Formats: sequence, structure tokens, C-alpha cells
Amino acid sequence: MSPARKRTVRLVMALSAAVVLASALIYTSFSAANPALSPTQLLRQAQPGRSYQLTGTVEPGSVHRMGGVLDFSVQDRAGTRVVPLAYTGSVPDPFREGREVIVTVQKQGSRFVGERDSLITKCPSKYKTAPPSEKQNL
Amino acid sequence: MAGFGFICLLLALAVCAYGIAASIYGVRTRRWEYADSGRRAMYALAAVLTIAGLVLELAFISNDFAFNTVADTSSRTTPALYRVAAVWSSQEGSLLLWAWLLSLWSSLALFLTRRRLREVAAYATAILLGLGGFFVGLMVFYANPFSTTTPAPPEGVGLDPLLRFPTMMIHPPMLYSGYTLCMIPLAFGFGALLARRLQADWIGAIRRFAFAAWLFLGIGILLGARWSYAELGWGGYWGWDAVENASLMPWLTATAFLHSLMIQEKRGMLKVWNVSLVLATGTLAVMGTFLVRSGILNSIHAFGGHTLGVPFVALIALLIGASIYLVVSRRELLRSEARLDSLLSREAAFLANNLVLVALCFVIFWGTYFPLISQALSGHEASVGPPWFDRYTVPLALILVLLSGIGPVIAWRRASLANARRNFLVPCVAALATFVGLEAAGVAHKPFATAMFCCAAFVLGSVGQEFVRGTRVRRAIAGEPPPRALLALVRRNRRRYGGYIVHLGMAVLFVGVAASSSFQHAVERGLSPGQSARVGAYTVRYVKPTATVTPRNDAAHTGALLSLGARLEVLKGRRHVATLEPSEGYYPSGEAGQGTVASLIGGQPVSHIAMNGGITRDVWSAVQPNIEAPALQKIVNAGNRTLPPEAALVALAVLARSYLAHPPQAQFHLIVSPLVMWIWLGGLIVFAGGLIALWPAPSTLRRRVAALERPRPLRGLARV
Amino acid sequence: MDIAIAVLTLALLALVIRFVGAPLRARGRSEPDAGACDREALEAAREAKYREIRDLELDYRTGKLSAEDYEAIDAQLRVEAIQILDRLERVPGAERSDRPPPPR
Repeated sequence: MSPARKRTVRLVMALSAAVVLASALIYTSFSAANPALSPTQLLRQAQPGRSYQLTGTVEPGSVHRMGGVLDFSVQDRAGTRVVPLAYTGSVPDPFREGREVIVTVQKQGSRFVGERDSLITKCPSKYKTAPPSEKQNL
Repeated sequence: MAGFGFICLLLALAVCAYGIAASIYGVRTRRWEYADSGRRAMYALAAVLTIAGLVLELAFISNDFAFNTVADTSSRTTPALYRVAAVWSSQEGSLLLWAWLLSLWSSLALFLTRRRLREVAAYATAILLGLGGFFVGLMVFYANPFSTTTPAPPEGVGLDPLLRFPTMMIHPPMLYSGYTLCMIPLAFGFGALLARRLQADWIGAIRRFAFAAWLFLGIGILLGARWSYAELGWGGYWGWDAVENASLMPWLTATAFLHSLMIQEKRGMLKVWNVSLVLATGTLAVMGTFLVRSGILNSIHAFGGHTLGVPFVALIALLIGASIYLVVSRRELLRSEARLDSLLSREAAFLANNLVLVALCFVIFWGTYFPLISQALSGHEASVGPPWFDRYTVPLALILVLLSGIGPVIAWRRASLANARRNFLVPCVAALATFVGLEAAGVAHKPFATAMFCCAAFVLGSVGQEFVRGTRVRRAIAGEPPPRALLALVRRNRRRYGGYIVHLGMAVLFVGVAASSSFQHAVERGLSPGQSARVGAYTVRYVKPTATVTPRNDAAHTGALLSLGARLEVLKGRRHVATLEPSEGYYPSGEAGQGTVASLIGGQPVSHIAMNGGITRDVWSAVQPNIEAPALQKIVNAGNRTLPPEAALVALAVLARSYLAHPPQAQFHLIVSPLVMWIWLGGLIVFAGGLIALWPAPSTLRRRVAALERPRPLRGLARV
Repeated sequence: MDIAIAVLTLALLALVIRFVGAPLRARGRSEPDAGACDREALEAAREAKYREIRDLELDYRTGKLSAEDYEAIDAQLRVEAIQILDRLERVPGAERSDRPPPPR
């Protein structure tokens, strides 16, 4: 095989390998991904046995700790629907009522159970950028 | 003074505009005095931004709460050191930090290249000033650090307690230095394409800056991981969080570039690839900054309002579009001068290394931006978790480590099979011996960890062999004793041996990662005093509760008014190993309507972990006291009802005493992780190796080398 | 306070303009030689070639190359080095050990 031919073969093989790997990657990402849902969407769509990423804020007054289990409810940003759930695992420091959280949940029977160590609490954003109408006063 | 600060920003904007115009005019008309003036505009930008930064720092140090950023992120009770760092904890302040660091590093780069690369440097000046102007413009129009409120509030909100750690103070400047240093190769890359000067010299000139960017980014990433592990309450150092990934991606492409750069310098190959890597690194760095500041992805780090999103997206689109256009239109000048001779060569190993790094970057990119991708493609937002990332990055990391052991031992251009067999003997034996040793020691079956250990042994074997052989060569030439020979060898071949040390450090780091991920023992248990829990080979006993109340305005403390914790005794068998005192700090909430006592401790609690670190393992502990226990809540409610704000502190003392006397069961998170220390040690070795490789050779040495080499070509010709 | 800010602003503005405009005023400087860019490229290529020759020798001595491979590649590299040196000598304003003072 001439050197040029060898190079073409190598290039084709490398590209094919890349395409195969990329396809595997893309396929598994779609099947392994957890859809991100708000409480309203979760209550509507949740099927038992599937994992979902629930995003919302912690409903004030709903936090109870009993032993190793943390019970709390997640509400919509608009405050309309609420999802109560039982969670075990590490609880991030910023977690408290009114904070925005992301937690992976599964529907078990009629209850929602949080997956272990999946609770993420957003750092409270103190950064307010002033809207253009109220700019700096010098 | 806020007015003056804002005026500095306006002046900075004007200086950027002038500098861009002058540089471009100068290079197009070849009137170099204008290009020099443009370069000076960069120096002036650095000076003006320094003044603006000083104005802001002064405001923080003097507690001038008229400044909105000071009121939002600092307070009278914040310790002085953290007040200085609080400048960059806000959106506005961090933009200023970014612009300032960019101007500093750019000034340095332009100063060091002032004698050469006139055309390329002029374009680079314009681009760097454009980037600086972008960030200054963001501050002027969207997020002004000098905005004020009159009348000034009497007290500030205070620094987020999670940031009151020394590591977190250095992390942003390090990381931002890494990001801004990535802009310099980007600018010079664009400049070389625009000026159509794509010979070897531009790439050699930016090598140092690419290296520095790689070094600072790496340090920033490691510092973030260390902070996460040693300060946060979850006991991990890497979570595949969007912002962690955003900083890792440009680091990966920078690593790839540093390697393929060597190929271009030696053989004139891979020009398109290299310039693409440079542009990709810079674009990824801007995307990383955008991710952190815009909040478009769900992440614990998601700061910032959405108003910054649009300008950033525009900038990124511009960078990508310009890159593609310039590379395609200059592709004639980017033709390779040579071809890959053999698959058994260092070029091939470097190429493979590049492919693995780019594959890693792609995987991480896909996973990080997947919520946006899935939203765009399917209309539903979905995200992938750490298991998905691990599945792809672990095998790629294994290949990477293996390649880092192959590269040093193989020759350029064309290695002979016989030589290869001889050179790979020692590394292979090392890997095999490790495998046998692990099996014999009865280490549990974790295939990926075992594979990583063997690969690391391979690297150790190959790098060690290189040092030994090199020292032997040196001794044969100069007859020095081994230690001096070794030093002289490294001094005269800094890039090579510095690089070998970096490879060694990375192998050590990956061993730490593999061991601490695969062989970790973690336990979450509720314990009352006297009870114990078994964690791996250790027993942790809850000895007694601890409680401290700190008076207000104690600037030396981290600011928690109440801390509840535990004293733990760690035993291995019967032997006492360590005493740990983790605690949870409770901070004032600053919110109205909670009650006098509740507002003292109603703020975000911060877990202070306690850890006993060692070469072979870390014992890590965190505690979550049950402050909601009825007995304690009764005290808080009673205090809310009866005590005025000035006397509310008394209730905390009562609370502490009650906790000590009748401690409710507390939740403990206990982890024993082997070899975590190796991660930080590996990082230090990488840092040392990087410094050695980066250090310029003394000029006398260079001249001596030049003098020695000059006559020999003529002699060589006579031979042929 | 406002007067102080105005004064500071004007002072800063004046300093910046003076500093940035300095090269434009000192226009009497000599133009850099036309071959400067080419010379830089060739000098960089020369340094890279010297480094390649040294690295190749180290590779040979640490046992990565056979003797025949080493001699062949070494001869080729030296030929390439001589070509670069020849081109360098032909460029106007060829390399001197003392360089002209750099612009600021």
C-alpha cells in the first residue's frame, strides 16, 4: 500500500471510530437523562419507577426531620402545586425553606422518594443587576 | 469616590476604543508608531483598571455601604481579610477582576513581544483590547460596581458564610488568571491568521502563555476541588457540576495544544489542528466565564442575573464564527510541511493523546450543555448525572495515563521495533508487578481502579527509566557525580524533564482519584453520645457534644453566633487514631419578622467539617445537630416572645447549655477515603514540573549552545 | 468632593493621553528594517532546529534510536539547519549579537 493510501485508510478508520463513539455517547445521554420537571409537571406526568429531576422552592413550614429521613415539599415558582417527598442522604448547607432546590425523585406508589445524595440547593443569589431604568446614582 | 470609579470605567472604555483603532490603523498602513501607541493603550488600560479596583477595595475596607456591592456582600463584622476578597464575590466585582487580570496579563504579553511579531502583535492588541472593552462595557451598561444608594444603609448584608474560607479567596483570582491567560494565545492566533503570518515563530512566542494559562487553570481547578472537599459538607471533591466542567474543558484543550505544539515546532505538521485548539481554548474559556455568570444551567454555582446572557452569547457566536471563517480562508497557509512517518513514533503518541483529550472535552461538553441541547432538540429539559460522566471519562482517563507513559520512551519520527521492545521492558514489568502485588495483597476487585494503578506504575517505570538513563548519559559526557548530573540534566533539558515530572504528578493524582473513589467507605448514621459507628477499618465514637456561643463583632471568628457540634474519637481496632470536632455554625439571618432569637441563628448554617488527613487515608466527618428538636425550639420560642434584640444573645447561651446537658441524636456523615492526599500531592508535583518546564533557560546557556552547535553542521556535511 | 473628582479625572486623562500618544510624537525614529519579520521567523526556525538536533542526540544516547536511524536523521537535520543559516545570512540586517534598543 502506498503511503498516501495508508494515510487515507487511517483517516477513514479514525473518523469512523469517532462517529461510532459519538453516536454511542449521544444515544446513552438521551436514555440516561432525567427530565427536569416542575411540581405541576411532575404531578401530571410522573410514572412509577422512572427518575425525574424536580426543581422548585422548598415550601415554608414543610421541613421535618425524623431520624435519617428529611421530609419536605417542593413548590412551583408560582406557588401553585406542591410535591411532598421523603429524602435520605446528604443535605447541602444552604438548604432551608424558600430556597431553590433540585432533587432527583422517583414515584413509589402514591409517594415521592428522593434519590440518595441527589439534593442540590442553589446558592442564594445576592447579585441583583439593576434594570437599565434605575442605573447608578452618581 | 464612586463617581470617580465610574469615570475610570468610562475612560477605560475610551482607551480600548482608541487602542483598537490605533493598532489596526498602524498594522494596515505599516506605521508602527500607531501600533506602539495601541500597545501603550493596553498598559494604560491596566493602570486605569487598577485605579478603579483600588477605589472599590478602599470602599470595602472602609465599609462604605453607599456602594451597593459593599452593602450586598460585606458588613462591619466581616473580618478584614475577607472584606478585601469580598470585592470579587459579587457579579460586578468579579467582572472588574476579570477585566483587570486580562489587562495585566495582556500588558505582560505585549511587553514581552514588543520586539518581534509586529504584525501579529498589533492585531492581538486590538483583539485583547476588544475583549477588555467588552467586559468594561458590561460593567458600564449592565452591572456597575460603582452604583450607589443614598442614603447609605448603616450595615451590610455580609459575606456568604460559605465563602469565608482562605481557599475560596484565592480560587477566583487563580481561575480568572487561567481564563484570561487563555485569551492571549487566542488573540495571537487570530492575529497570525489575520496577518497571514503562520510560520513557526508565532506559536513559539505564545507557548509560554499557553503554558501559564494551563498552569493557573489547573491550580484554580484543584483549589476548587480542595475547597469542596475540605470545607463543604458533602465530602467530595468533584461532582461534575456545570461550573467545574466549564473550567476543565479549556484546560483539556490547552493540554492538547501544549503537546501538538511540539509536533508543529519540530515537523511543521498539524497547523490547522493547532490553531483550532488555540481558538477553541479561548472560546471555551469565555464560555466558562459565561456559564458561571449567567445562570443558564442549573448548578449550585449559578450566579448572576439573566441580563448578561445575551451579550455573552453574541461574543461567543462572534468568536466561533470568526474562527471558522479565518481558518477556512487561510487554509493554504496552514498546509503541513511533513507527514506522519510511522504509527510507532512520538508524533503518533502525541496525536493519540490529543484525540483522547479532545474526546474527553467533547464528552464533558455534551454532558454539561445537555439540558440546553435536549431542550432545543426535544422541547424537554433533561440532564445527565455523574454516573453518565464517569462511564465515559474513566476509560478515556486510563488511556490518557497510559499514553503519558508511552510518549517519553518513544522516539520522534520513527522508532525501531527492537528499540521499542527494549525501552518498554521496565515500564511493563512495573505495571505487571503492581498487578500481581495487588492481587496477592487481596485488594478488592475494582477493575478500573486496578487498571489505573497499573497504568500509573507504567508511567512511574517509564519516567524513572528516563531519568536514570539521562543521568547516565550526562555522567558519560561530563563525569559528574550522580546528584549533580541529575540537576545538570534537568537544567539543560527543562522542557523535557519538566514535562516528565508533570506526567508523574498526573499519574499520582489519578491514583489518588481512583483509590478514593473505588475504595471509599461512607456511613450516615444518627448517633447519641456514647454510641459508635464502624467505617471501613475504623470505629468512630461520639464522645460528647460541643457548643459555643460567640459574642458579636468578634472579627477573628468566622462570624457564627452559635456553633453546635460533637467530639469524636477515631479508633483503629483498639488504638486511638485521632480526635475530631466537627460542628455546624448558625448565622444571623438578616431577615425581618423571624423573632429576636430566631433571627440570630436563622441564617444559612455552615457545616465545619473535621478531618484527619494522612498519606494513606483521610478520615472525614461532618455533623448535623438536630436544632429543630422540641426542647431547643422551646427555648427559641420563649426567647422570641420575651427577649428584646439586645438581650437575645442570652437565649443562645441557654440553648447551648441545654444542648450540652441533653443532646438530641445528631446525624453524622463519616467517610474514610484512601489516598486522597495523593491528589493534592500529585497536583503539587504537576505544579513543580510545570514551573521547571516554563522556566526560561539562562541566556548565557542559550548563547553557549548556539556557539557550540554552529560549526558542527559544517563538520557534519564533510562527513556526508 | 465633586471638584476633587473633576481634578483627578482631568489629571488622569492628561496622563493617559500623554503616555499613549508618546510614540506618535517621537516620529523621528528610524523605520525598522524591512526584513525584520522574515528575520524573526528564520531565527525562531534556527533555534527550533538546534533544539531538535540536541533532542535527537539525547534520544539516541538514552537508547530510543538505533545508530543508523540516528545518523540518518541527524545528517538530514544538519542539512536543514545549514539551509536556514544560509537564508538568514542573505536577509538584510543579519543577526548581530548586540540588538538595537527595544521600543517601549
